[in-house]
Amino acid sequence: MMSKRKQQRQLFYLVPYGAWLLLFVIAPLVLLLFQSLTTQDGHFTLANYAIYFGSGTYLLMTFNSVWYAFLITLITLVISYPMAYLLNQLKRKQFWLLLIILPTWINLLLKTYAFIGLLSKSGTVNNFLGLWGIVPQQLLFSNWSFLLVAAYIEIPFMILPIFNSLAEIDPRLAQASRDLGANKWQTLWRVTMPLSMSGVKAGIQAVFIPSLSLFMITRLIGGNRVITLGTAIEEHFLVTQNWRLGSTIGVILIVAMVITMILTRDRGRQSSRKRG
Amino acid sequence: MNLRAFLDTIVLLTKSEGWELTNTSTPIIEFKNVGLSYDDNEVLKNIDLALEAGKFYTLLGPSGSGKTTILNLISGQLTPTRGDILFEGDVINDVPVEKRHMNTVFQDYGLFPNMNVFDNVAFGPSIKGMSKADIKNKVTEMLELVKLTAYADREINELSGGQKQRVAIARALANDPEVLLLDEPLSALDYKLRKEMQYELREIQQRLGITFVFVTHDQEEALAMSDWIYVMNDGVVQQNGSPEDIYDEPINHFVADFIGESNILDGVMKADYLVHFTGKDFENVDAGMRPNEQVEVVLRPEDLDLTSVENGKLVVTIDDQSFRGDYYEITAIDDDGNEWQVQATNKSTIGERVGLTFDPEDIHIMRFNESEDDFDARLESYEDDSDDVKA
Repeated sequence: MMSKRKQQRQLFYLVPYGAWLLLFVIAPLVLLLFQSLTTQDGHFTLANYAIYFGSGTYLLMTFNSVWYAFLITLITLVISYPMAYLLNQLKRKQFWLLLIILPTWINLLLKTYAFIGLLSKSGTVNNFLGLWGIVPQQLLFSNWSFLLVAAYIEIPFMILPIFNSLAEIDPRLAQASRDLGANKWQTLWRVTMPLSMSGVKAGIQAVFIPSLSLFMITRLIGGNRVITLGTAIEEHFLVTQNWRLGSTIGVILIVAMVITMILTRDRGRQSSRKRG
Repeated sequence: MNLRAFLDTIVLLTKSEGWELTNTSTPIIEFKNVGLSYDDNEVLKNIDLALEAGKFYTLLGPSGSGKTTILNLISGQLTPTRGDILFEGDVINDVPVEKRHMNTVFQDYGLFPNMNVFDNVAFGPSIKGMSKADIKNKVTEMLELVKLTAYADREINELSGGQKQRVAIARALANDPEVLLLDEPLSALDYKLRKEMQYELREIQQRLGITFVFVTHDQEEALAMSDWIYVMNDGVVQQNGSPEDIYDEPINHFVADFIGESNILDGVMKADYLVHFTGKDFENVDAGMRPNEQVEVVLRPEDLDLTSVENGKLVVTIDDQSFRGDYYEITAIDDDGNEWQVQATNKSTIGERVGLTFDPEDIHIMRFNESEDDFDARLESYEDDSDDVKA
């Protein structure tokens, strides 16, 4: 009796979130799947998928999405790991960490517009270059500017999990490694890095998956020179009004994300939980 | 009696020979006036040590006494702010941790959780660039030494505390260190396992013949394992000596109190071989002090015997007793109100008045603020006297 009542009470706590989940996550997903699998008059069809997989354009877009997401992730990782490592050695690490997190509280669009101001032909960077007699360069609307801004925006999401995993490592292990004859680099390579892999994986997830569907930056900074799946979905829903094809690409994007999550999941922690 | 005296002479002879060896050969590790301060906080004050190769040393003291600091200075995790640390006669103050010929067994083992037992032990040899076959031989040899041969493929989180301890020892020894540093390695183990590991560590040390520097706060452990003990407190070496010396002749109140159980009383040395405490005069074996010098008197609970009131040197009332397996621990109070700890073989009755007796050589005298050198010199002077008497 008691336990049943307790269960009921627990279910009650779930109601607000459950309703939210149902209305704004599950229902849209079902709609998306339904749209992608039906014709205008509601019959089942795989035609949308046939169009997607039959067209070189969409496959190229998919490849572009994955490729640019990969590049963004790589750039953020190469910048973030040393940063997180350094941060972990500092005395007032929480303060410095806060400074790194701070930009994430500002709206994404605002930050993107700020970069337009910085990188445009009459922008700050070109003004600065002008001081040295360099004629204004076309910095915006290039692959490079797209990668720069995307990496800038994603860096905190990479630093944070890596920092956390580094902070969790017992400092005695690095001591033990040095004691056994390993120098600083060997210790980093053989002890610290393997032990921070869970944070690296979490960071890759947090950066790679959102990067697959970036679209505002591709337009505002990349000038639509890089067309990713995110851009394609936006085009289909807002411009060409082809919701069915848009939904299909959406479903494919979600599948790609799930695959990424499976590939980067933390096996070590799972197995230790099983043992515990 | 004659046989005993003969044996004593032999012991003395071997001891003195050992001393000569010390003086001629270079110590493997030497501290010359080493100090360490953080800002204004002096953690270690003017430490002098000389450790001979192949012996089992223990740094014994309560937490915060500086014993682990000394270990970290030897291993290179810390650098002294004053003085010199020497390894086989060369100053090594600035030699980095990884270039020193010593390895550490850490308090919480410090095993790499991302590697299995084999890879943990193989870490040192593989950093050295040994061949795969050599590494395998070395690891097998080490795991045999700590009796974990069957566990090579185990993950670290699958091991018990005692097994982790053994892996940590094997890993530290796999580098063939000349000195093994052990930072309270047994403190996390339960009583029985700790006893077992004490015995095994001692055996490993003797088998390998390398120098062990063992840090502990457990005086029993220190007495059982060591060739030589450094008793630390407040960043200062209070006393160093063989376990027997330190137990039998504590230099001051701290050492007497920290090592074993002690009854410590205020007394006055009326003359050589005559001490006054609890309102009475007692014959003893100490000499060389100023007439009527204020001293502290130490009597070990196991040196005291309960007897009839007439036969007792003091009369006490039994206040409390607890059974300790091989003896009864008795608290008794004398007529001056002093509390006495006594280890007795027979059960007593609480409230009973009994006599307390002890031999002259059971009375240990401690002078206030006597330096270790003065203490040693004084002890030597009248030990020579008593030997003469015996002869």
